[in-house]
Amino acid sequence: MAQLLAPGTAAPQFSLPVTADQKLSLRELMGRPVILAFYPADFSPVCGDQMALYNEVLPEFQKFNAEMLGISVDGVWCHTAFAENRHLHFPLLADYEPKGEVARKYGAYRQQDGFCERALFLLDAQGKIVWNYLSPVSINPGADGILAALQDLSKK
Amino acid sequence: MAALKVPITSEDHFQGDKDASLILVEYGDYECPHCGHAYPIVKAVQKHFGKRLGFVFRNFPLNQIHPDAEAAAETAEFAAANGRFWEMHDGIFENQDELGVPLLRELAQKLKLSAQSLDRALSGHEYAPRVKQDFLGGVRSGVNGTPTFFINGQRHDGSFEYEDLVEAIEAGSE
Repeated sequence: MAQLLAPGTAAPQFSLPVTADQKLSLRELMGRPVILAFYPADFSPVCGDQMALYNEVLPEFQKFNAEMLGISVDGVWCHTAFAENRHLHFPLLADYEPKGEVARKYGAYRQQDGFCERALFLLDAQGKIVWNYLSPVSINPGADGILAALQDLSKK
Repeated sequence: MAALKVPITSEDHFQGDKDASLILVEYGDYECPHCGHAYPIVKAVQKHFGKRLGFVFRNFPLNQIHPDAEAAAETAEFAAANGRFWEMHDGIFENQDELGVPLLRELAQKLKLSAQSLDRALSGHEYAPRVKQDFLGGVRSGVNGTPTFFINGQRHDGSFEYEDLVEAIEAGSE
């Protein structure tokens, strides 16, 4: 199991492709909470469920003004097909080249498998990690942990 | 391990003996093929345990991928308000291939419920708050897809094929 970056750490900055000609930088989202969901792969049955679930729960995340980002080592074309297939309403970032570089910075890369851990991070409006969760790779972690962490953050 | 956060109350759709020592809760989506697959399995599991098992069904429609799931859930709640929840629940799963408003109206009529009242309930989203309440309670409890089962309050992360579910429920009774 990877060692995830711990709460209290400043979240490493990154800029990753969301479409073939568009990049998204973490810096652009500062000023509001950000949920980072690293996941192994598009189209694997469990992931579909996890991203589909976050898609349904999105209005609840938005009540906390939080931004949701999915990150895997899949390329932008694969992400586009996946997002269209599942009608996803949040960005999927391609940690594709150099492969897994951002996941590695967060301690969320599975070297032996060559894909991301199923790892969640919540960043506060200043870009500090305030919560993380590492799920066994075969188990969809659900959204309860994220919502509880957002709740805690909103009380601070 | 995720645990059920919303206790079972008289508001729930409950099948079986109120004093059953084993309680199976399903969060399901009427359009989800996996829930359709689980439907006869749950029936068989209920038969296997008899009076020892109580079963609760709660709504968890994944609307972004299942366009008819919300209408189906609201129709089941409409039927519940008329005392016919389980007949509607079973009717929808047994005809899942044809799911859509025409099927829901037809099922309502078969249960001697007014299709016009159903139309009004659906267009006014009369039962949407109830469905939403189930959904949000499920999210808080760690529901991570459909179907998600809880056995005596603990999320069941394993397979829900008949043998596996029976075994997990037996284990929950210890």
